[in-house]
Amino acid sequence: MRDCRLVSQKFEIENSYTLEVAKAHGGYKSLEKLDQLSPKQCVEIIKESGLRGKGGGGASAGDKWSLMPQDSTKPSFLVVNCDESEPGTFKDRQIISKDPHLLIEGILLTSYAIQAKHAYIYIRGEYKQFQDILQNAIDEAYDAGLLQNCDITIHRGAGAYICGEKSALLESMEGKRGHPRLKPKQKECEWYFGNPTLVNNVETIASVPYIIENGAQAYRRFGTDESPGTMLFAMSGHIEKPGVYESEFGVSMLEYIHHFGGGIKNGKKLKAVIPGGASTDVLTADEVAKATLDYETLRNMGSALGTGGMIVMDEDVSMVEALKNLLEFYHEESCGQCTPCREGTGWSDKLVEKLLRKEATKDDINKLLEVADTMNGKTICVFAPAVSTVIQSFVKKFRDEFEMKL
Amino acid sequence: MFRFNDVNLLKINQLKKRYPSNDALVLPCLWMIQYQEGYIPLEAIDTMSELIKVPPMEIYRVASFYTMFHLEPQEKLVVDVCKTLSCKLCGSDAILKHLQSNDKIRLRHVECLGSCGTAPVMQVKDIYYENLTLQKVDSILEELL
Repeated sequence: MRDCRLVSQKFEIENSYTLEVAKAHGGYKSLEKLDQLSPKQCVEIIKESGLRGKGGGGASAGDKWSLMPQDSTKPSFLVVNCDESEPGTFKDRQIISKDPHLLIEGILLTSYAIQAKHAYIYIRGEYKQFQDILQNAIDEAYDAGLLQNCDITIHRGAGAYICGEKSALLESMEGKRGHPRLKPKQKECEWYFGNPTLVNNVETIASVPYIIENGAQAYRRFGTDESPGTMLFAMSGHIEKPGVYESEFGVSMLEYIHHFGGGIKNGKKLKAVIPGGASTDVLTADEVAKATLDYETLRNMGSALGTGGMIVMDEDVSMVEALKNLLEFYHEESCGQCTPCREGTGWSDKLVEKLLRKEATKDDINKLLEVADTMNGKTICVFAPAVSTVIQSFVKKFRDEFEMKL
Repeated sequence: MFRFNDVNLLKINQLKKRYPSNDALVLPCLWMIQYQEGYIPLEAIDTMSELIKVPPMEIYRVASFYTMFHLEPQEKLVVDVCKTLSCKLCGSDAILKHLQSNDKIRLRHVECLGSCGTAPVMQVKDIYYENLTLQKVDSILEELL
């Protein structure tokens, strides 16, 4: 497996979170390129590189940047999404605590490209320790005169998974409840207090310096045609060496698990992997053997790459209990705005609980699937549709385990 | 009568310059109140409302939406133990059970803390304690209580 550290290159270096060490290892070098590049050219380079959003959606970053109006009379803003709350995902915190200056460098490049004078970093409230490291780095950057063209402000959330959804995040930043907004008819940028705004994940922004410094083609040397570059994939659960390890796209999932993760914990057999954060469909061991870590393959398998945070489960895990655990999560975290989601997450949680108490009938499994169906496609954001397919994937792929609870 | 301390008043004035609208100050101000008072008293919401010109009911609506805000005084040490899948796979059930009968703390079963690679995890007073074992939990709490 090829060693490729485009984002995590400074992770192992001692005190890499300080400006001095970051600069000694090439930090902020990409900024020199801006002398020869217009903002529009920067957007073009990102488009050519094929960089995709790494917060879960995987949309083309360049296309998203292109939606920002050029020469807007209103101020433009960049918002960096560090509301990392998807179960199984813990990569952004590595960036902000081990190489915060890489994120700041990426923010400066991105702000230049979209002509924003102010960038906000929305960070989940629980990440206070990491926020402090990031704030120190920002203070250092201010003192060093690096932030003359763009201000950076950290905005702290206060415990709400849904604020990772970009429009809910903006609502939260406007001082409101984190309720996702209705989607516009055609593609357009986001709006913060009515001003054009770009929202990108921490890792997406941290990938920008390498691309601007080395060019789009250098980035495309890694990964596949449609999923170019690298990603900070992660493993947790029943794995010998859990953690975040950067790899290019397109590598075999099983090989990745063995190469970086040292295999399944205690030499047990693999039962299932949730590939990209809890909201992606679970894969059976057979499927894992065929899976590669790129957007297309996982989508074709009916799941998704998501955040790249894999939850690994060994042969002893009860899939009914695992689903119950996730449904509790979704029920707690539903923002409550749409009825199918607010009620559906609770109903499905209760139905699985009934199964676990061994009080359910075959009808209840069908009812569970019916509730899942009711949640799909009838809500403002993708939270409920994700819960819906998660339920369906668990029941479909491990139906015997569910029926054994009858 | 609640009033923001001088450090916070200064911070609020600085923050006003960093946002396109004072509405954005709702979360930052709520955090200041919570650190200053240990929770968010209703009268503090009134003071805050006058300062940033957001109706008190709007502020309350927001404060009650986010799980990290305490709307009542916390007499016991709040201990947040993550119960979501990766932590569960790595033994959070045993930790939750172990702490259940501890009457010196307020135990909260919280959802994913983003520490899945170092599970199980708990958070006390903004600090993460990772790779927990029952012994580790005991010694951490002994020090904190």
